[in-house]
Amino acid sequence: MFPATRWSVIDAAKSGNPTEQARALDTLFAAYWKPVYKYVRLRWNRQTEDAQDLTQRFFAEMLERDLLARYDPAKSRLRTYLRLCVDSFVMNQEKAARRQKRGGNATHVALDFQAAEGELAGATIDPASIPSPESLEEFFEKEWIRSLFALAVEDLRKFCSERERERTFRLFEEYDLSGDAEISYEMLAAQYAIPVTDVTNALSWARREFRRIALQRLREICGSDEEFHREARSVFGWDAA
Amino acid sequence: MNFLSDKTVDRLRQNANLPDLSGTRYQLLERVARGGMGTVYAARDQTLDRRVALKVLDVAVADGDLALRLNREARVLALLEHPGIVPVHDVGTLGDGRVFYTMKFVEGQRLDKYIEAVASLPDRLRLFLRICDAVAFAHARGVLHRDLKPANVMVGAFGEVLVMDWGLAKILREPSFAASQDDPDATILHAPQASNASADGTRATQITGQGTVMGTPGYMSPEQARGDIAQVNERSDIFSLGAVLRFLSSNPEQSSRSKAWPPNRALEAICAKATESNPANRYAAVSDLSADVSRYLDGLPVSARKETIFDKALRVYRRHTVAILLIAAYLAIRILLLVFSRR
Repeated sequence: MFPATRWSVIDAAKSGNPTEQARALDTLFAAYWKPVYKYVRLRWNRQTEDAQDLTQRFFAEMLERDLLARYDPAKSRLRTYLRLCVDSFVMNQEKAARRQKRGGNATHVALDFQAAEGELAGATIDPASIPSPESLEEFFEKEWIRSLFALAVEDLRKFCSERERERTFRLFEEYDLSGDAEISYEMLAAQYAIPVTDVTNALSWARREFRRIALQRLREICGSDEEFHREARSVFGWDAA
Repeated sequence: MNFLSDKTVDRLRQNANLPDLSGTRYQLLERVARGGMGTVYAARDQTLDRRVALKVLDVAVADGDLALRLNREARVLALLEHPGIVPVHDVGTLGDGRVFYTMKFVEGQRLDKYIEAVASLPDRLRLFLRICDAVAFAHARGVLHRDLKPANVMVGAFGEVLVMDWGLAKILREPSFAASQDDPDATILHAPQASNASADGTRATQITGQGTVMGTPGYMSPEQARGDIAQVNERSDIFSLGAVLRFLSSNPEQSSRSKAWPPNRALEAICAKATESNPANRYAAVSDLSADVSRYLDGLPVSARKETIFDKALRVYRRHTVAILLIAAYLAIRILLLVFSRR
């Protein structure tokens, strides 16, 4: 289900309203910092500390140079634009470093790089090989979807908690997130001593809300309705026959 | 925040796409197929305790264009009650906002797979005639299919032939209530569409505008390929049927010379006439095409080809092979007897 059009990060960045601009960057950081960090580590073969620093500085530069406001949705997808910005940023890092006072007025955000590093251990791209532009694009997209889904799962957890539907979230967690292919609705019904129809209804509700939340987050980080529809198809695999 | 593995992301994506059937009479069973507009699932109708096919849009789109199209597809199916067209049971909107309809669950094979096991040309042609029956019925009801191809025909477990996927169908004219007053079901089925129909009754042209290309390469008529919607009519479906006929009459074992069918000029002429690039040169109606194929099956001359004397002799021989051979044998014996009696 596509949510009604909301103010996207692009609208917010161009609004001139500092509160909205800050919200836009928060939204963008949340969705993109991990894909950017992992991309810098693998694409640019940077060591952990260097990649962490570059990731922080990249987002700081985005703020300073107002990169979001320069984005034109008619020309490319936002994630492609950001990936190209990262490439450009890393290539010019020395020059950028001279222009920028490290640790000065640059915005640093508390990011859990350790967790991202742990996740990289299971990365599906071989850093030793020479990756093609397609595989890099694919890698960035995959990480971006992972990041988006992880945020949506966290939002759903909070949403369930606020509505005292913790059991619904636990069912969702055990069936959809555990990775256990053997688990069935019947097993969950027996485990929680509830009818199977309750499991069915709870999971339907949780998936519907997950989908709504994920699409809402996606809408915020897309530059246009057209891009949003295209990305939604990409995220949910509707184009994959 | 927990790390989501690739497997979990895939499972999450797959499960988030499952239609929300809570509050309906249907229970989801399994995914069957994916189409351009949505996905088809097998579901159980819990009220009637039967298996049905449930077609649902992937997404509840704000502009409702796809929803309109799926609704229209269900309405077209409701309009076409025929043994060769899959019957629709129900249409509605799910709790997650996605439009769906349910139809008969056809257990069988797609025609392109099914004919791999049909080595007899006459058997294949008889299948084709049943496709023609269904399409001719739709045309009589003012409906064009616009995407006829082997993959859109199912052959059921009992040999029934069903034309599927009417998602690109065009309603040429709204059905006449006067024509169907004897059929109370038809009247009920037609009732809801009256409020939605455009003044000229050409809903499809609103959805499928001039310049839009819809169909499948290899089976779509030249006018469809050009996006010349104004020129698309019954003869466009006849073009597609001609392409289907060509597919069915092609040799089953291209690599095996022993099983190859001999070149068949009459059948080739029928295919060529059906697939003429100029619509005016094609058969005027599906019944004309099927009549020609029937004539071919009966060993009679076809309208698509003017016969030479040799062709005629060959056709007469093929049609009356046994009788001709018996007469020839009889004559040979008589001649031999005559020869021996004179000695």
